[in-house]
Amino acid sequence: MKKLLLSSIIIIIGITFIGRLSYLQLFSFSPNQIVEDDPAIKTVYDYPERGYIYDRNGELLVGNQPAYDVMVIPRDTKQLDTIEFCSLLGIDKGRFISKMKKARHYSPRLPSVLVAQLSKEDYARLQEKMRKYTGFYIQKRSLRDYVTKSGANVLGYISEVNETDLRTNKYYTAGELKGRTGIEKQYEDILRGRKGVKYIQKDRFNRDIGKFKDGKLDTLPELGKEIHITLDKKLQEYGELLMNGKRGGIVAIEPSSGEILAMISGPTYDPALLVGRNRSKNYTKLHYDSIARPTWDRSILAQPSPGSPFKTLNALAALQEGVIQPETKFRCYNGFYVGKNKKGCHCGGGVRDLNSGIFNSCNAYFAGTFKKIYGKYETTDEGMDVWEKHMKSFGLGNYLGTDLPTGKPGRIPNKAYYDRAYGDGRWASSTIISNAIGQGEVNVTPIQLANMTAAIANRGFFYIPHIIKEIGGSNSIDIQYTQRKYTTIDKKHFTPVVDAMKNVYKYGTAKWLKIPGIEIAGKTGTVENFTRIDGERVQLTDHSIFVAFAPADNPKIALAVYIEHGYYGGRYAGHIASLLIEKYVKGEITRTDLEKKMLETTLDHEYAKPLSGEPFKINEYAW
Amino acid sequence: MRGKSVLRRIDWLTVFFYGLLVFFGWINIYSTTFSDTSLPLFNTSTLYGKQLFFMGISLVSILIILFVDTNFFESFAGVFFIAGLLLLLGLFPFGKTLGGATSWYDLGFFNLQPSEFVKVAAALMLAKYLSDIQTDIKNRKHQLYAILIIFIPVLLVLPQPDPGSALVFFALFFVLFREGLPIYYLGLALLLIILFVFTLMFGTIWVAIGLGMLVSIFFFFKRPDLKIPTLPFVAFLAGCLIVSLSVNFVFNSVFEQRHRDRFGLWLNLEKDAVKLEQIKKTIGYNTYQAEKAIESGGFFGKGFLEGTRTKGDFVPEQHTDYIFSSVGEEWGFIGTALVIVIFTLFFLRLVQIAERQKREFSRMYGYGIISILLIHYFINIGMVIGILPTIGIPLPFFSYGGSGLLFFTAMLFIFLKFDASRLNEDI
Repeated sequence: MKKLLLSSIIIIIGITFIGRLSYLQLFSFSPNQIVEDDPAIKTVYDYPERGYIYDRNGELLVGNQPAYDVMVIPRDTKQLDTIEFCSLLGIDKGRFISKMKKARHYSPRLPSVLVAQLSKEDYARLQEKMRKYTGFYIQKRSLRDYVTKSGANVLGYISEVNETDLRTNKYYTAGELKGRTGIEKQYEDILRGRKGVKYIQKDRFNRDIGKFKDGKLDTLPELGKEIHITLDKKLQEYGELLMNGKRGGIVAIEPSSGEILAMISGPTYDPALLVGRNRSKNYTKLHYDSIARPTWDRSILAQPSPGSPFKTLNALAALQEGVIQPETKFRCYNGFYVGKNKKGCHCGGGVRDLNSGIFNSCNAYFAGTFKKIYGKYETTDEGMDVWEKHMKSFGLGNYLGTDLPTGKPGRIPNKAYYDRAYGDGRWASSTIISNAIGQGEVNVTPIQLANMTAAIANRGFFYIPHIIKEIGGSNSIDIQYTQRKYTTIDKKHFTPVVDAMKNVYKYGTAKWLKIPGIEIAGKTGTVENFTRIDGERVQLTDHSIFVAFAPADNPKIALAVYIEHGYYGGRYAGHIASLLIEKYVKGEITRTDLEKKMLETTLDHEYAKPLSGEPFKINEYAW
Repeated sequence: MRGKSVLRRIDWLTVFFYGLLVFFGWINIYSTTFSDTSLPLFNTSTLYGKQLFFMGISLVSILIILFVDTNFFESFAGVFFIAGLLLLLGLFPFGKTLGGATSWYDLGFFNLQPSEFVKVAAALMLAKYLSDIQTDIKNRKHQLYAILIIFIPVLLVLPQPDPGSALVFFALFFVLFREGLPIYYLGLALLLIILFVFTLMFGTIWVAIGLGMLVSIFFFFKRPDLKIPTLPFVAFLAGCLIVSLSVNFVFNSVFEQRHRDRFGLWLNLEKDAVKLEQIKKTIGYNTYQAEKAIESGGFFGKGFLEGTRTKGDFVPEQHTDYIFSSVGEEWGFIGTALVIVIFTLFFLRLVQIAERQKREFSRMYGYGIISILLIHYFINIGMVIGILPTIGIPLPFFSYGGSGLLFFTAMLFIFLKFDASRLNEDI
């Protein structure tokens, strides 16, 4: 036993080693496996051009432009005239040295960017002398080239992949570009294409000696596909002009297809700012503007209360529930009573039916209607469930499911919400009466508001709003964007409501905004809002909201305009809505005075008020 | 000296294996340290040139050893041992620090690592003590003295810090086992290692459950004729449980983070993919790169001087501790399997030689050096192919390193000299 101990151990060790080596060298080994960090195989990528983006009419929005990066492989560099080279590159010596240090630190063998995105002039100057500098070379890259100054937020931008991207997506390698927001992010895979890969075999002197395995494993690049989006370039650009000096969001939708015609957020910026050498400087400036927030897309992320446009939904729900008829009347006492408290109304007072209730935007009428919906059911909870179901069927209170990478759900409060706020059984329809007129706890995003308007325009259904129209020449888009989504309201109930919305332009709150020759249905909204200044709740000038669709009986466009602190609905929002409809339906503007006023008037004075630190007046009539 | 010349009597098979290993080792040192500019082979400014120089010195030392009187080593074992210990002590004030360990004397043209010398001296000393007519391995007191010979160098080497070399001395226990130390000591040590590893891998709870199942099985099958007494058996299992409980304490409180990382890497304790990627780039870098290099060799290897990872200096310390990864890459499975086979045959031959010794001293010394060489081989290759944690000790005869080669050669040829003279002894 003791004589055999050591011999047995020797043999066991030998068998274990051979076993492990068989596993490594015979089992795990695969001859075609390209080990990514094998120093003898150089991987060269061939990047396809990124796909172009066109608008709905085939007008180019985003193309590409060439840019030139000066690259360095630190190990291959030799002694050089630093001063001359720096002056050629247009950088100072200190920067050159620190860049070289960084490159060496990243990897002595792999290329690093020394100077990014040279201009064409610099490139021409440098190109001739480049061969003098071994270890340096110029790499052509493709950058985005914007043919429009509009739509920065919806188009989105591309930027270099970060550590997280590299970890989560094996496709990318350091230094590559990737869609970061908007359409560039959503359709990244389509626009990007697939890079081609070439494997080059090197010998031990680091010289290229031909293709690895005769190019068997190489792949050709797959071109990025061009896409057509549903935006109308002219409408988008015009809308952004009108938003001059105003904050807010506008969304226009084609009701018959759910295609988004315009998505405007104010303030906006030129998308070209986020391309080229000044990119990071510009980005910092935009990103850290925490007051105007140009990178925050208000058209899809802002969640104001909807205000009076929401009344149309309450009217539809009440008609559907059969608790009112179009002829049902309520009396307005320049307001209405909740217990002993009077809530105001600006409609002028008197007896209101559905029609005048909507076109004069009577708060009392809708308070009465709202209570009747709940009155039909034994408990408030049941009434709440029914109301919530109707409201949500218009795409409110949840993510819409658009093909944009951001979004907000808005809010349609439900019984659980109020049970939390007030306690179970301690609230009633009168407690939440503000919802009748679109104030209170209801919140919607402009795109939800536009979609709701499109559903009314279609008399009872909508398509999920989307931005994609064609991919690489084929217009087969995701099936969820081509299917009608029906609301819970019967078609017949829309007629009286749409008629009343037409009357908003004929006799009502937007009678000054008629467009000759186009019948429009719309609804104004004036939304009270508050902020906190030094911990105190302060009321600010009302938000101006407007929804409309036109032509009323054959709608081509449905839109929602939301202007922060624009005062009453017929003011900024109404004006802008009217101009956009005319522009889209007619193609030209006949009311040039109105147009001039909108192009020139800004709301900067209004936005300055709460920041001034002094007491201020709200809701001033002066323009 | 009577009889035939020592050169006729020496075991040429072992010398042949030795020559193969040294030659193949040098080939790989050449491949890993060779650069584009062609320099003559005998240029001591290159590492392969230096190694060649030390191969010459080793040859000289072989000749000296072979012609020295056999009794010289036995007689002076104690002197060597004391001298070795003094050299180790001297490191504290005079040692040169390389790679964080104060293990070398700077002799100008090369660095001497005294622990290499002490390995030979300790093997001699242990053999001398055990072969003494008055020593009885069954005697507890004598066992203690023998163990002390092993532990004193360990205590001097550990604080350098050089845990790898310290571990090597434990191999000398095989001499004790051969000479009659009860084998259950080895079983106990193995049990401790198994408990340690299992506790780290599965947690104390599962180890406890496993032990519980053993107890149940024991009681289920318990029969009167079974000789295992109940109480000691249960006490033994309880002892195992306590060990398992203390593992966590030792691992988390006594070990330093780098030790924990190494064990974590070895036993695949880290499951988080992100952290694993991090480990591959930091503490696991050597292991990962070495494994990749070996794997990329496949069956036939890439050929001499064609190892791309070898050329790219991707595996650190590739000419020293990680030399075997170069074998794997350039010579493939054929090369690695051949090296393992040569080493295995070499060791088996040495055991055979040790067993044929008539003098106890020779046999014990033989067992001592076999154990020392074997543990180097086991830990080094085990580490490079990723089945043992990272412990930095060289591969005997293979790795670059002057004093290493010199003393490995010396310890081997002292033994071969004993063997060659065995027929001349009067027993």
